[in-house]
Amino acid sequence: MARNEAEIGTKKSTFMKWIDDRFPYTETMKYHITEYYASKNFNFWYIFGVLAMVVLVIQFVSGIFLTMNYKPSSADAFASVEYIMRDVQWGWLIRYMHSTGASFFFVVVYLHMFRAMLYGSYQKPRELIWIIGMMIFFVLFAEAFAGYLLPWGQMSYWGAQVIISLFGAIPGIGEAIVEIIRGDYSISDITLNRFFALHVVVLPIALLGLVFVHIVALHHVGSNNPDGIEIKDHKGPDGVPLDGIAFHPYHTTKDLVGIIIFLMIFSAVMFFAPDMGGYFLEHANFEPANVMATPERIAPVWYFTPFYAILRAVPSKLWGAALMALSVLAPLFLPWLDRSRVKSIRYRGPIYKTALGLFVISFCTLGWLGMQPAEGVYVVMARIFSVIYFGFFIAMPYYTTIDKTKQVPDRVVYHG
Amino acid sequence: MTDDVDRNRRHFLTVATVVTGGVGLVAASIPFISSLNPSARAQAQGAPVEVPLGSLEPGEMIRVMWRGRLVFVVRRTEEMLARLSSVTDFLEDPNSEVVEQQPEFAVNQHRSRKPEFLVVEGSCTHLGCAPLAEFQVGPADDWFGGFYCPCHGSRFDLSGRVYQNVPAPTNLRVPPYRFLREDLIMIGADSGVA
Repeated sequence: MARNEAEIGTKKSTFMKWIDDRFPYTETMKYHITEYYASKNFNFWYIFGVLAMVVLVIQFVSGIFLTMNYKPSSADAFASVEYIMRDVQWGWLIRYMHSTGASFFFVVVYLHMFRAMLYGSYQKPRELIWIIGMMIFFVLFAEAFAGYLLPWGQMSYWGAQVIISLFGAIPGIGEAIVEIIRGDYSISDITLNRFFALHVVVLPIALLGLVFVHIVALHHVGSNNPDGIEIKDHKGPDGVPLDGIAFHPYHTTKDLVGIIIFLMIFSAVMFFAPDMGGYFLEHANFEPANVMATPERIAPVWYFTPFYAILRAVPSKLWGAALMALSVLAPLFLPWLDRSRVKSIRYRGPIYKTALGLFVISFCTLGWLGMQPAEGVYVVMARIFSVIYFGFFIAMPYYTTIDKTKQVPDRVVYHG
Repeated sequence: MTDDVDRNRRHFLTVATVVTGGVGLVAASIPFISSLNPSARAQAQGAPVEVPLGSLEPGEMIRVMWRGRLVFVVRRTEEMLARLSSVTDFLEDPNSEVVEQQPEFAVNQHRSRKPEFLVVEGSCTHLGCAPLAEFQVGPADDWFGGFYCPCHGSRFDLSGRVYQNVPAPTNLRVPPYRFLREDLIMIGADSGVA
């Protein structure tokens, strides 16, 4: 029998028995925590799922306290944010926690997604976990976008203007969709009000639901590992995977170290560089929204810029918007584009390693290009790297088939 | 009790229940979706605005708001008007053939009721940024004056006509307007009096 069950079983009080007869408490705790077995050889890359949960909690707590002083109206919003920064006790900390949290959410989620690409975590049988994860990513985009309008600064206003106008590129119904998103003939008080509702109610609920389903699906299939081996294929006589150890207390204790290091970095940014030189909080947003004038340099926050660069690389409104949408959606199809017989990068051939390397370079370069002005050599570069970005996905069925893979071992391997 | 379930009847009832429920769901969603449309107040604020032109010097531009949108009113000089015909080869739609971008009266080279005065929405037809007014020629060789959008590099001439090979697909939109007097226009209404 499992290691902890005997102890829990004997110590089970009459109170717990009363509870368990009415609610599957002990059963649930075992299934998801104390008897959820994950591979022993997890490395650095496996911290980001837990960190995403930590940031989610930070955003919920700081966000709830921000709503207590924020006013969602175009007349009051900017001033109420300044009020939080100056007059509310510790308000500056709560606000910077939330704004820093938004950027860290994307740092963590991008690395979490990269981990899945390194070790083939989206491959069979984990396709649904990946799809749910991508849906979380889309909701997170919407959440970040809606939240960025709320301070009603120059960049809030004009950023929203540009992104909402993207929907106008849809032939035929585009303008009607834009009008129903704004609820007005321009971005106004009405738009701000409904974005507030989306940001604090609709999208957070969707996010919570999706994260719950993401974890349920993960615990049903079992976690992948850096070797891309199914640890459930080798179980001991007690039915426990030989290469697995319980999530609690083993993985949780290890994760705690990662969480502490993460919070140190998080705090350093929050206290000493909350605007991160204009990358986390753009300078133009310290001015209230001015309907009369677009800022000279308009760029979205860093986590949107790779996709924004693709939009600007195309000299056509419709195709620019379509390719941008496609670039966000493309990873959704990874489970079916990847035809490799192995999951982990450890056993893949040189072609996939090169392709993934090029993908990372193109993604980061596009991110940088999205912050540069849309002219001259920057546009040419954006076009080249957009081709590489899409090439990674389009050519994948081909190069993953011909790539020479190595023999995958039976059991997980430890490196150092 | 018998096991003789009338499956046809059960199937009919299931389908009927689902369809009726579906119709109810669609009906119930109408008020919610309609509430997202511009409200009566938002529509009322779309009323026409009057703009006096008396103090506008030749070569100058003023910015006014109509329906929460930015509108540029430019008083062009003779020299600026002369430049309009020199750029037509570089334009996407020099003859204003895309009908929804302007009222009938503005389908001409100067895209306005009177050649001297240009009235266009200050909203780039790409993604809605406010273009910058750069009326002088140069410094770039291929810049003959007009509107430049800082967001994605779209360019328009002094009549708000879009250049070729820029992200914006169409000319700047000309709102409906009319002259109430020599020096007074009303934006938002084509006919009638204020």
